[in-house]
Amino acid sequence: MTNSWTDIRNTDLVVIMGGNAAEAHPCGFKWVTEAKANRGAKLIVVDPRFTRSASVADVYAPIRQGTDIAFLMGLINYCIQNDKVQWDYVKAYTNATYLVKNEFSYQDGLFTGYDEAKRDYDKSSWDYQVGEDGFVKIDDMLTDPRCVWNLLKQHVSIYTPEMVERICGTPKDKYLKIAAMIAECSSKTKTMTSMYALGWTQHSKGSQNIRGMAMLQLILGNIGVRGGGMNALRGHSNIQGLTDIGLMSNLLPGYLTVPNQKEVDFATYMSTRGFKPLRPDQMSYWQNYKKFFVSFQKSMWGDAATPANDFAYDWLPKLDVPGYDVLRAFDLMYQGKMTGYFCQGFNPLLAFPNRKKCTDALSKLKFLVTMDPLDTETSRFWENHGEHNDVDTAQIQTEVIQLPSTCFAEDEGSLTNSGRWLQWHWPGGSPPGEAKSDNWIMAQIWRRLKALYEQESGPVPEPIVNLRWPYANPDEPKADEIAREINGYAIETLYDPADPTKVLVEKGKQVLAFAQLRDDGTTASGCWIYSGCFNENGNNMARRDNTDPDDAGFYSKWAFSWPANRRILYNRASADMNGQPWDPSRKTIAWDGTKWSGYDVPDIAPTAKPGVVGPFIMNPEGTARLFTRGMMKDGPFPVHYEPFESPIANPIAPKVRGNPAARIFKDDLAQLGDAEKFPYAATSYRLTEHFHYWTKHVHPNAVMQPEFFVEISEQLAAEKGIKPGGWIKVMSNRGEIKAKAVVTKRIKPLQCDGKTVHIVGIPLHWGFTGTAKKGFGPNSLTPFVGDANIETPEYKAFLVDIAPLTEPVS
Amino acid sequence: MNMELSRRTLLKGAGVGLAGTALGAFGFGGVEAAHADAIRAFKLAGTTETRNTCPYCSVACGVILYSKGDLKKGEAAKITHIEGDADHPTNRGTLCPKGAGLLDFVHSETRLTKPRIRKPGADKFEDISWNDALDKIARHLKDDRDKNFVARNQDGVTVNRWITTGFLAASATTNETAFLTYKVVRSAGMLVFDNQARV
Repeated sequence: MTNSWTDIRNTDLVVIMGGNAAEAHPCGFKWVTEAKANRGAKLIVVDPRFTRSASVADVYAPIRQGTDIAFLMGLINYCIQNDKVQWDYVKAYTNATYLVKNEFSYQDGLFTGYDEAKRDYDKSSWDYQVGEDGFVKIDDMLTDPRCVWNLLKQHVSIYTPEMVERICGTPKDKYLKIAAMIAECSSKTKTMTSMYALGWTQHSKGSQNIRGMAMLQLILGNIGVRGGGMNALRGHSNIQGLTDIGLMSNLLPGYLTVPNQKEVDFATYMSTRGFKPLRPDQMSYWQNYKKFFVSFQKSMWGDAATPANDFAYDWLPKLDVPGYDVLRAFDLMYQGKMTGYFCQGFNPLLAFPNRKKCTDALSKLKFLVTMDPLDTETSRFWENHGEHNDVDTAQIQTEVIQLPSTCFAEDEGSLTNSGRWLQWHWPGGSPPGEAKSDNWIMAQIWRRLKALYEQESGPVPEPIVNLRWPYANPDEPKADEIAREINGYAIETLYDPADPTKVLVEKGKQVLAFAQLRDDGTTASGCWIYSGCFNENGNNMARRDNTDPDDAGFYSKWAFSWPANRRILYNRASADMNGQPWDPSRKTIAWDGTKWSGYDVPDIAPTAKPGVVGPFIMNPEGTARLFTRGMMKDGPFPVHYEPFESPIANPIAPKVRGNPAARIFKDDLAQLGDAEKFPYAATSYRLTEHFHYWTKHVHPNAVMQPEFFVEISEQLAAEKGIKPGGWIKVMSNRGEIKAKAVVTKRIKPLQCDGKTVHIVGIPLHWGFTGTAKKGFGPNSLTPFVGDANIETPEYKAFLVDIAPLTEPVS
Repeated sequence: MNMELSRRTLLKGAGVGLAGTALGAFGFGGVEAAHADAIRAFKLAGTTETRNTCPYCSVACGVILYSKGDLKKGEAAKITHIEGDADHPTNRGTLCPKGAGLLDFVHSETRLTKPRIRKPGADKFEDISWNDALDKIARHLKDDRDKNFVARNQDGVTVNRWITTGFLAASATTNETAFLTYKVVRSAGMLVFDNQARV
């Protein structure tokens, strides 16, 4: 989230698309109802299903899953055609005026530089024109045909209301009503918020779905303002935190990146991370990259990371591919190229696509270790459960070690919510039996591995044996010790660079915030964006002052919000070029003649005069990007691509299947099904009574929703002779499942490109362990392909066939 | 909830208040006090309150755990009740159908209580001690790393990577556990490293 849950109260219009907050995030959704009740805010829901979010919407429109980009580009086209643009914002705060290289173009679904064999682009033409002064050329009048605005205008022109209806199946009158409501938010005094979740991410073009809405929000001037923003509703309690801390193949904490093997030394690595400003006077905050990187290395290896060894640069593993994401990992496992795997509180047997492939992959491991409070399906993937897990146990040679861990109620530490609040919690109960904390387990694993490398020979033991381990009890590091390490501290006394007699931080003390970090090895910090969470003022994540001046929704003294306790990202953009709020009733920060002040921590240097430094300080442009250069794998503008399995050919580029820049492995490509054999458009979703695969272990939730089902329309049921509550089978080209049919009015067939498209809804909460009835899930059916940029599997749009079953199944 | 004021003291206070009224003048004040004494203390008054956060979705509702026993005093503690934290700015005391069932998650019958091992080809788990389980894990890691660690690639560049063992991190552990996990996994050279953000 750029904003926070409590900020939603400040909005005029909520758009829920790609999510279902009323059911999946019920206590956050209350801020939508609060805005409706207290401000007269309106709610728009666009979803293939008439969800509970839709049931309280002012306008609901159906959409075929996997077509959101057509809808969003259509909205941008509508705003441009009808002059519903926050012009001052667009001209000053985005790259609309920037000129793009003449070689760049787009035709028939593809941008310049496409290589079909590699499924990848040469992106060299996707860039700005640079002048002799070294800065990007601009056209303030927006008349040059090569400026971003005119290229965008041309790019979206194909997405007319008729084309949106043809692709999305959304009736034109409903679409136009929504477009008119959204366009009103181009007013400086009206704002809209976007609430989305995995309904947007789980597509082969998921990143571009979100980019599409972000572009619309920029055109409307809604980024950085109260009641606006791009609000990702993260699905798990700390998935924000685990991503922030960089527990991904290609990340270091705080969105630094793991080196590629082409970056042969530290100097080469840093040479592409200079982030020289692209326009005069811009802050380009990533110029501080080296400070954050060196502080991280010091946090990892302490005294062993020295200027002489480039702060242990060689001890970081170097990538030979963009990343070992979970799809690549399971594909390697499937090929027999992996030996061992750990699952720390994760259940991939039910969570990853193409369950058959996942089972086969796990069966080829030598060892699997699970760490979980619950008895997961993954830890029992080798156990035969009849049709629910039909495996040949004796043939599976994987050794499985199942470790019992504590749960939230028995451990201490912080979780980062969707709104970037780090909230501390304390344990209230003793762990059951011999269950142990994850900290204890990880410490034991490291200490034993270290001991083995100290006793025996082995390759490159240095990074393991030199790992910094500054904990009072090395067997069980305490949460507050680690939190202090994440915040960072001064290894040597830090003096003010402007006044060398002035001490900023005494040796050994916690740094106040990331601005104090250094690139010379005199500071350490585990995750720079979290710096400030536990400084000499104490544990700021444990703060519980819920005062909220003027009911503005910031709650700045409650917990700690990264970065720098800022509650709204890009909040400088809530004020005009002179530093005054676009909407005085929604002030966030303002320029008082000498400095920025207001409700929130300014997202700009506190004394940076208005009109010089742009509000998007992380970008070398200083502005936000409507055209994203070569930063996205699949194009600088979003394009409507059909899902890899789609009921129709792409109306705007019939020859292109799926996202042309998405990676798909050969076997998985061969396993895609087509609409002739699998005519129905399936999607997956959560139910309000359940949380993923956890609550089927919880009695009351298992009572409320005991049994797996598949949801279809009355029309499809009639066509196939399926009775409400009757048993059906659902088939894709990768598997087959049985379910009870729930026949509803919530799903209706859509008309897309002249065809009737039936939607099949598949909830995801069942398996073969726990207290609920045994059942299946969507991953027995879904394709093994991910988003082009971040490899999130395409769970929300795939093809199935269904048929009634006559015999009682159980 | 103001835990200083139990139901019993509330009623006693009410009894005292009666003394100055007409009912008090008739002598009913004593009856009230006796009645109040006969009422059992509010059950939660004898429990330890602990602040926590719901572990499900990312709204991160504040919850209060009520326990018999106090971990801070070194006692064993059993959680007997969980409810929404009325002071929390986001949820203001409310919980959804998932959060409302948290107590039964904590005490779920399928909570794991012992380390177990399933040997190759076996059709069931058997118990194993923590020590043996962890020793086995460390041995597996060392053996595989020794065998498959790539110190230099074919161009002779130092790459120090290990891609035959992978680690899938969670989505509900604390940030502190996440950082500790990061240190252990990355220092070993692992690149097959991911979390639940994608699914």
